[in-house]
Amino acid sequence: MKKCKAFIIGGSAGSLEVLLKVLPAVNPELSFPIVIVIHRKHGADSLLPGLLSSRTKMPVKEADEKEMMVPGTIYIAPSDYHLLIEMDGSFSLDYSEKVNYSRPAIDVTFQTAAEAYREGLVCLLLSGSNSDGVKGLLTVKSWAGTVAIQDPETAQVAYMPDQARKSMDIDRILRIDEVADYINLLS
Amino acid sequence: MELSAVNDDQIEVLLSDLLEQYGYDFTGYSKASLKRRINRLYSLDKSLSFAEFRYKVNNDPIYFKRFVEQITVNVTEMFRDPEFFKTLREEVLPQLGTYPFIRIWLAGCSTGEEAYSISIVLKELNLLHKSLIYATDLNPTVLEKAAQGMFALAQMKQYSENYIAAGGKQDFSSYYSANYSLAKFDDELKKKIIFSTHNLVSDHSFNEFQLILCRNVLIYFDRDLQNKVLELFNDSLDELGYLALGTKETIEFSDIHKQYKRLPGNKIWRKQR
Repeated sequence: MKKCKAFIIGGSAGSLEVLLKVLPAVNPELSFPIVIVIHRKHGADSLLPGLLSSRTKMPVKEADEKEMMVPGTIYIAPSDYHLLIEMDGSFSLDYSEKVNYSRPAIDVTFQTAAEAYREGLVCLLLSGSNSDGVKGLLTVKSWAGTVAIQDPETAQVAYMPDQARKSMDIDRILRIDEVADYINLLS
Repeated sequence: MELSAVNDDQIEVLLSDLLEQYGYDFTGYSKASLKRRINRLYSLDKSLSFAEFRYKVNNDPIYFKRFVEQITVNVTEMFRDPEFFKTLREEVLPQLGTYPFIRIWLAGCSTGEEAYSISIVLKELNLLHKSLIYATDLNPTVLEKAAQGMFALAQMKQYSENYIAAGGKQDFSSYYSANYSLAKFDDELKKKIIFSTHNLVSDHSFNEFQLILCRNVLIYFDRDLQNKVLELFNDSLDELGYLALGTKETIEFSDIHKQYKRLPGNKIWRKQR
């Protein structure tokens, strides 16, 4: 596999618990950035970066528009905006219609990142109760990126990773206790 | 959207068509969002080929209208970000209320939900009679809709919650009458709103204002265009006037920021003397 240039995690119901378990074991000196897109209620905003940064030494911040991604940093999609990745690896925000009843939508971030990072992109889809992210993973695959899902058996809500598994060949299916090692070995 | 149907080179072609043919300049827009929306429209309309799509945009005025409406983002709501409207109500507008006349520019007003929201707050502060809201957008179609003052009835529950969270004390439903699936807002609210086309990319300053609101528009522009538009706002704002942006927008990277002081906790800046 080509060198990982960006790692993007998408999740919905039941995914926060996974992140809280995984992040402490992730090497804080990663050679690529991590972007997290998880569904949450509008307004429950600013709590998430604080919550996640209590579990890691990596800097954790909400993605700002036009911001360039820096390796070893965790970026979180702000609530109520879609998070898009430009060809130069910077972020754009977009307040357009919800996609899959969601804003941010995982599909939007996966799809725009797919073309920007091509074979350097790895996307992981976690637990969730709708199929947001599945189309995005298909786009990632079509641009030669790598797609991984949380093992539906270990997911609080299996529907989302399960839909992905039914729609394409998944490169890696990971139990929760395998996720951190997987990320570390990409670095 | 698999491999993009309309690729980057083709988007450049479309953008230069739009500029030559219609004088609309989208070249300073952020590419990822524009590309996504063009591809969305392309597949929504089941276009057969890029050539056909391009031909329609260039030769069919009705399709061109649709194109502009669809590639720009027109999603908005009433009292979006209630905290922001609370600050307007409790801090900014009372301050401006000491002036004999208040001119407000709402740039990128889309279908008008924010214009009516501001009008409601002004009315409740007993300032509407001496205010004028210039609500502008580049897109004539959304302005027609804005002027009608009719919004989906299904949204009213959410808007009413926003209104209350923004410090509203009245019965929100007293501002509209239900008409089938639509809520028609009182004509009194739009008496002080002037809806008019204005393109932030190419049009100039047209008045002096005490308050300019432009929320969630700059996110679609690249840095150069953002700077240019902020200069335009600066030229259009009185001393001690206020500039309000969206929750993820800022003037901090721009040259104008030295003349402004930010209201703590808000994306509102006050121009200094």
